[in-house]
Amino acid sequence: MAETKQQLTFASYKSQTPPDWCPGCGDFGVLNSLQTACAALEIDPSQLMVVSGIGCSSNLPGFIRAYGFHSLHGRSVPVASGIKLANHDMNVVITGGDGDGYGIGLGHFVHAMRRNLNVTYIVMNNEIYGLTTGQASPTTMKSTKTKSTPYGSIESQLNPEALALVSGASFVARGFSGEPAHLAETMKKAIQHKGFSLVDVMSPCVTYNKLNTYSWFRERVYKLESENHDSSNFETALKKSFEWDLRIPLGVFYQTERPTYEEEEGALEFGPLVKQKLGLSDEDWKALIKETL
Amino acid sequence: MTNKPRVTVWIGGAAGDGVASTGDIFCKTSSRMGLHVYAYNSYQSVIRGGHVYYQVQVGADSKVLSQGDDADVLIALNQDTINRHAAHIREGGVVIYNSDKIKTEGIKLGAGVRALGLPVTQLTQAYPGKSGVMQNTLALGALVHLLGLDWAIFEESIRSTFGKKKAEVAEANVSIAKAGLEHAKSKLEPLPLALKGDGKRRSLLTGNQAIAMGSVIGGCKFYAAYPMTPASSIMHWLAPRAPKYGVVMKQCEDEIASINMAIGAGHAGVRSMTGTAGGGFALMTEAVGLAAMTETPVVIVEVQRGGPSTGLPTKTEQGDLWQILGASQGEYPRAVIAPTSVSDAFYATTESLNLAEQFQCPVLIISDLLLSEHMETVDPDTLTNHVPIERGEIIAPWIESHGTNGHGKTEKYLRFKDTPSGVSPRALPGTPDLMYVAASDEHNEEGIVISDVYTDTTTRVKMMEKRMRKVDGLLKATKGPVVDGNPADSAITLVGWGSTLQIIQEIVLALRKEGVKVCHMQIRNIIPFHAAEVEAVLKASKKTVCIENNFTGQMATLIRQETSFQFHHKIHKYDGEPFYFEPLLEQVKACLAPGAPARQVQLTV
Repeated sequence: MAETKQQLTFASYKSQTPPDWCPGCGDFGVLNSLQTACAALEIDPSQLMVVSGIGCSSNLPGFIRAYGFHSLHGRSVPVASGIKLANHDMNVVITGGDGDGYGIGLGHFVHAMRRNLNVTYIVMNNEIYGLTTGQASPTTMKSTKTKSTPYGSIESQLNPEALALVSGASFVARGFSGEPAHLAETMKKAIQHKGFSLVDVMSPCVTYNKLNTYSWFRERVYKLESENHDSSNFETALKKSFEWDLRIPLGVFYQTERPTYEEEEGALEFGPLVKQKLGLSDEDWKALIKETL
Repeated sequence: MTNKPRVTVWIGGAAGDGVASTGDIFCKTSSRMGLHVYAYNSYQSVIRGGHVYYQVQVGADSKVLSQGDDADVLIALNQDTINRHAAHIREGGVVIYNSDKIKTEGIKLGAGVRALGLPVTQLTQAYPGKSGVMQNTLALGALVHLLGLDWAIFEESIRSTFGKKKAEVAEANVSIAKAGLEHAKSKLEPLPLALKGDGKRRSLLTGNQAIAMGSVIGGCKFYAAYPMTPASSIMHWLAPRAPKYGVVMKQCEDEIASINMAIGAGHAGVRSMTGTAGGGFALMTEAVGLAAMTETPVVIVEVQRGGPSTGLPTKTEQGDLWQILGASQGEYPRAVIAPTSVSDAFYATTESLNLAEQFQCPVLIISDLLLSEHMETVDPDTLTNHVPIERGEIIAPWIESHGTNGHGKTEKYLRFKDTPSGVSPRALPGTPDLMYVAASDEHNEEGIVISDVYTDTTTRVKMMEKRMRKVDGLLKATKGPVVDGNPADSAITLVGWGSTLQIIQEIVLALRKEGVKVCHMQIRNIIPFHAAEVEAVLKASKKTVCIENNFTGQMATLIRQETSFQFHHKIHKYDGEPFYFEPLLEQVKACLAPGAPARQVQLTV
């Protein structure tokens, strides 16, 4: 039997497989906060689908008790989109890293925001490629020395929040795995949001990123809600998204409501695809053949 | 001379001249008269200008198996067409042209070819200012006279083309066509033809339309694609109809997204498809392996066009077989089917949707521009919406999943259970209590990845063998080659694959008429390869020739790999156009003669 809502606790989302991340990895905090958020929202694990790409953080679906799809590098977003379109009754959460989502999968990321499916995208952003042992990622800060940029990175870093805002995301937030309670609250808001929600999580890599460490973030982060940020104001949100070097905002930058893709897709008026009848009725078939004569 | 039962009409002009719509009205009229039609549109990758010609063979019997050869009637909508194609008109044929605009001085017509100039301005005085488009309708009217087509049916075809909304336009076109007919009548006798249809109305369908129809009938609920010629017309057919049929047609940002979305939908439990051309498929290849590894059903349509690279976007070729065979890293089970005709494209699609779910693996339909875009008459009685739908074992199907799943808790659910068939019962996401992860990394029966452990050779071998065991099932579930004739007592065995079925059938009919014993083997189910049956036919043959629309002979190579058999002769065509009957007949005959060349190339000029 599936658990009744009252029985759902943090432990309901605990997988039998222990995470294989490095001790101290920021991703532990992300997993923990996601499990906390799901328990608080009383999401039935059977109705939760966690989809990832490839990378250290993309191993997450194996560590949470839910349905999971551990797809290809960079392809979590389209796989999740297909799942949501086929069964929009499922709660779909996409998880992955900055290389996976902002590098190889960037095209899908931008189009997913235009599309506005009701899914949540959690990016564990450690500003480095971890699983491939420490190359520069799209969010690596300029001049940073990595294995692939021994003389310092020449390219400027990508700004996920600003990109999300101008791409039409209806919910844009940043979290920090060093602030798990705040992160869980942010995830709750993201999952509850109707439409595409991005939570870009600062999730330090203790092995390969010696610059963007827990203490580096702790010195800079502050909470938008504590400064009376108006998350319905797009212009302010965009302005805040450019803060980085001295102060790094956490929390919801922007949230707006617009129709989701599944609400506007005609075929879904009959309910989730997976529950619909297959094929055509004799009447529709006859009409179709008549069209061809 | 007896009256011919078949006629070939060419309509040529620039893109934007209305070549295709003129051809469509002609096809519709012929089809509705109960005639058989095969139409091929040779077009360019330009929206305006260039040169386009539409070639139609129409006949009173079912032996209309190709676009025909030289024209009995050429409708030249511009000067360029008459300059290029005047030499392609048969003796006794007619060229119809706008005599106000097109100059015929210096154009050499063949012996017995008659010219029918249309004084367009004079004939369309009642409709001033529109003579540009009206030349097409005038020409159609003249064609009705020359071929002895049924006027009432022709009129109906015009009206149904313009629809009720444009009733006025339809009326104008009917009167103009009448003027064209009267003018032709005053100038020329009709051609000596026996074009009497049987009155049965047949469906006029392209291969892509048949694939799209087959997808809906076969229970496909999700089609994701990125526009690419010559696959886009599947999307175009589905787009207006999908919402009312409860099908999501998703245009994606690229082909990578398309296949991954289709895999997501397939994983969630709906029958899903994607379609593209060779270039788009190149982008999809990594995900083909993902579908195999996660044991997700998905159907992929690859419509070949001339390659490599952007190649010949609007021309036909069979050059992607080895791309498909080599798609994706690693080794995995899959099926590859090359439909052989428009009606077969319909059934290949419904069959593929079944195979994908029964064996939980990717199924590839390999078509080409010729098959996907040519239009032919199909007897509607051979098509049905009552096709078998085999979904394989699904635990607690959705209908019941609102209660308990009934799957005992004593035995742990293993999504990737090692079974004798290699196929494991599926639990669709959302089924209570059976949570698992589908991973692109190697994993155990439960779905837990083993890629990060030090080494687990035993599990790897077990899972590899489990997946590959599906190949045996796929081989049993698919049929061997289509063989017509007895190879042992035939002078030659002709071999083709996919879309060349009908042109080779036309050759076979012609040779048999001349008393030559001939065998024909067409390969449709390519993977798994039915090696034993193919080898038996080839080894029993006296002479063999492999006919392919490519340079290297990709099927001949595959056959040699699978059976060690080497063809005596090969006939290739890689100029972008489909095979033509008359030159192909000569080339096949050349193979029968002593000292025949091992390799012949057909070129259409």
